[in-house]
Amino acid sequence: MQPLSNIDSLLHFSPEILLVIFATAVIILDLIVKNRESVAVAHLALVGCLCTLAAVLFIHFSFGKGEPVSLFLGMIQLDVFSTFFKVLLLLATAATILFSLRSEELDAKLKGEYYALLLVITLGMFLMASATNLLMIFIALETVSLTSYILAGFLTHNPRSSEAAFKYITYGAVASGTMLFGLSLLFGMAGTGDLTQIGGRLAELLASGEVSSLTLLIAITFVLAGIGYKIASVPFHMWSPDVYEGAPIPITAFLSVASKSAGFALFIRFFYTGFGSTGLMEAVDWPFMLAIVSALTMTVGNLAALPQQNVKRLLAYSSIAHGGYLLMGGVLLTSEGIGAILFYLVVYLFMNLGAFYVVVLVANEMGSETINGYRGLSSRAPLVAVAMMTFLFSLTGIPPFAGFFGKWILFTAVLEQGYYWLALVGLLNSVVSLYYYARIVKAMFLEDTSEETDRVSFSTGTFALLSVFVIPTVFIGFLNIFYTFSNISVSVIPMQ
Amino acid sequence: MLLSLMIFIPLLGMIVVLLLPRESEELVKRVTLLFTLIPLALAVYLFITYDRSTAGTQFFHGPVPWIDAFNIQYHIGVDGLSVTLLLLTALLGPICVIASWRNIEKGIKAYMALFLLLETGMLGFFAALDLFLFYVFFELTLLPMYFLIGIWGGPRREYAAIKFFLYTLFGSVLMLVAMIAVYLNSNIVNGVAEGLRTFDIPTLITLAATQGHALADSDFQIWVFLGFFIGFAVKVPIFPFHTWLPDAHVEAPTAISVILAGILLKMGTYGLVRVNMAMFPQGLDHFTNGIGFWGNSLALLGFINIVYGSFCALAQTDFKKLVAYSSIGHMGFVILGLAARNDPGITGAILQMFNHGVISAMLFLLVGVLYDRAHHREINGFGGLGTRMPIYTGITTLAFMASLGLPGLSGFVGEALSLLGAYDKFKFLTILSTIGIVVGAAYFLWTLQRVFLGTLNPKYEALSEINGREILTLVPLAILTVLLGVWPNLAIDMFRESVTNLINVLHAI
Repeated sequence: MQPLSNIDSLLHFSPEILLVIFATAVIILDLIVKNRESVAVAHLALVGCLCTLAAVLFIHFSFGKGEPVSLFLGMIQLDVFSTFFKVLLLLATAATILFSLRSEELDAKLKGEYYALLLVITLGMFLMASATNLLMIFIALETVSLTSYILAGFLTHNPRSSEAAFKYITYGAVASGTMLFGLSLLFGMAGTGDLTQIGGRLAELLASGEVSSLTLLIAITFVLAGIGYKIASVPFHMWSPDVYEGAPIPITAFLSVASKSAGFALFIRFFYTGFGSTGLMEAVDWPFMLAIVSALTMTVGNLAALPQQNVKRLLAYSSIAHGGYLLMGGVLLTSEGIGAILFYLVVYLFMNLGAFYVVVLVANEMGSETINGYRGLSSRAPLVAVAMMTFLFSLTGIPPFAGFFGKWILFTAVLEQGYYWLALVGLLNSVVSLYYYARIVKAMFLEDTSEETDRVSFSTGTFALLSVFVIPTVFIGFLNIFYTFSNISVSVIPMQ
Repeated sequence: MLLSLMIFIPLLGMIVVLLLPRESEELVKRVTLLFTLIPLALAVYLFITYDRSTAGTQFFHGPVPWIDAFNIQYHIGVDGLSVTLLLLTALLGPICVIASWRNIEKGIKAYMALFLLLETGMLGFFAALDLFLFYVFFELTLLPMYFLIGIWGGPRREYAAIKFFLYTLFGSVLMLVAMIAVYLNSNIVNGVAEGLRTFDIPTLITLAATQGHALADSDFQIWVFLGFFIGFAVKVPIFPFHTWLPDAHVEAPTAISVILAGILLKMGTYGLVRVNMAMFPQGLDHFTNGIGFWGNSLALLGFINIVYGSFCALAQTDFKKLVAYSSIGHMGFVILGLAARNDPGITGAILQMFNHGVISAMLFLLVGVLYDRAHHREINGFGGLGTRMPIYTGITTLAFMASLGLPGLSGFVGEALSLLGAYDKFKFLTILSTIGIVVGAAYFLWTLQRVFLGTLNPKYEALSEINGREILTLVPLAILTVLLGVWPNLAIDMFRESVTNLINVLHAI
């Protein structure tokens, strides 16, 4: 596969270019529109997402039907894998914009920057999903990180939000620094930053004894710090509960879904394309390391979620735990494993964003983010309560909801490779997770409100948006097309 | 097709009920009753037209492809065992709706909708012939049950509901691992993968008996047997997984206790027969061959259930808790009978499943009748009710006698056959298990004495007699109790061939 030159690449790069154009347009429009209450800016950002989506799909279907194309002299790669993630990320961004429109905690004065930054962060995530060069990986990761720091601290009047941003930036800086050191070690050893070549080079050097496996182990561990930070895996997860709790709810939702998905895209490409050869895995058994990390991540996430009172914080820990489940698919080195991750990410997108949308609604109407604020929701807003119940039980993995089917194909893939201990840890974790998800359900349905029992009414638009998340959460598992994702991984896993 | 209709009519009923206006409570109840009577009519039709002379599955629908990537199919059908339990489920449906007619004060619409969903889950479970479908239906009963106990239950309902949910889910995930393991090995013959993997239960049973197939490996069978066993053991419940049951039973509203005792416990034992015994005969052999500790373990668990459950029941002063613990004891006979692996043992166990479903349903309905009037269930708080409520006393005596195993009533036949079968294999444990029968007689008679005999507590001078609606729920069950006591072949004929077939499978190893 010959990489395209810079000029030829531009056409294939049009979705990313569109994002930049719209981000700029959002800022300019914000300068023109004087009315602070106007929603024009948000709508323009939404249009930007849709145009980008159209461009992504157009390029996918018109150029080689997803045959891998290497762009910008091997910096990024356009293939089915990156297209899949781009669609997923755009859905998450569009949902976040819609949430932000309905969220009452955001400052109207800053919305131009807010939506522009959302588009920029999406651009960074696009690059994360398609980067095939060490340098590009770092730039993409930093683009995403720097913008997320700002967005996490966007509630300028709220000290918690500033605290979240500060913690985020401190952890983030350490993680980026560590990762950069790891990347430079790799570059120093291999003499190239190209992921597709780096594995072969390193294998040769290892065979000739010029590089010791210890150096490689250090380099990979350091890179893992950066990726682990993005997907919030143990021990790099500490930032996420504080950030999730302090950040505006739409941003929390965005970080928990989009940032995690992009992190997984990067993780899969980095390890599978770069370090998937047998020789390298004999020197550094990264799948086993990751299996341990995965088991720890889900256990720590679930156990820490048990005593939480704040729903955002609870969902933050739950999101850590889901990162652990997803990681299981990454240690298997099979296309079924990758397919299971992709399937689970789609399901997770709908159920987790849906849960956060309910959090937005409840925060607006009841002014509460704690579990107690959900008491009696079933009598005050029955449909919203039922929707939340669906999301929470889907997150637990109870049939007939999509979360069950996601876990099902994930665990089937894990057991197929004989990781019985990992599957058992994962499944027992699902049982533990029921306890804290059910606490919210209990508050909504089982506990009576002592005070007011007035019905809360929501607009039709709210219910329409809610059903966009509920319907897939119920039905994805029953549709055959979602079970073909393992084909997508072809361009990432190198031929052995 | 008929069977699919029967399973999904309650689901359709749920949608209809949800669309009805909130205010029209009477209408909601009537619609629900209608949608539970249709499955009953279909179940009676199945019962009558079922061909008793063969062991094969009948009335099947499918296999229809569902999720192609995993070769999951929609495949249902019934054999003698499932048709019996389907009838029981369909019968208890309308009875529970009638029993809930006046007792559910809030949210009747949601209650009835959840009840109908629960019924679909239960009916589907007994008819499923695809392991994946089987699991989905098994889990489908969890959600409605959680809400039915948690919203309409007693004072400690929240605790009881989540405990029930957590215990069952714990069992289910182990079952899920075993199920995936079976699926992944379903196309491996002599270490070579050939053809598609499958979840189809009849196919899997055949494969597990094929020489050289991965499913026929005895070590593999022992492990997956354990996985499925724990899943079902929580449901039965088998000691030490039983502690959710007293809590759930005591807190649940009357009709839901009836379903719990009548059907949900049977889902556990049905699963043991359908999957553990039929699919993993070598695994079963390991736990029931009578050699050493493991060889006696299943019978031992049955024995513990019988004796421990009975003694716990003897110690209770709460009427409902007493009935709950007596259920644990009576399910022990099922386990003991199944562990025997012979014709009287298995026949007795299956008969006991059906009979216990009927008798425990009666007992819980009777407890509910008393609770609705006195608003407590403390056995020692009553006395001399026999003079105030003669009809109630009569029916209760019948149910007690049936439950303690009086010959001539249905409880006796199942227990006697189970013990007869078990005596052949596990003499010592069977003899010890009879302690349970003695203790059973003791607690029932003692309760009878404390509640109905003696002097009337002046507080209950004004207690009203059981009313027509309540009698209506009890009469069909009472008739069955007497009928199956004197004519047990009515039920046994249904599953005679299926049991013979199962025993052939068990002896083929």
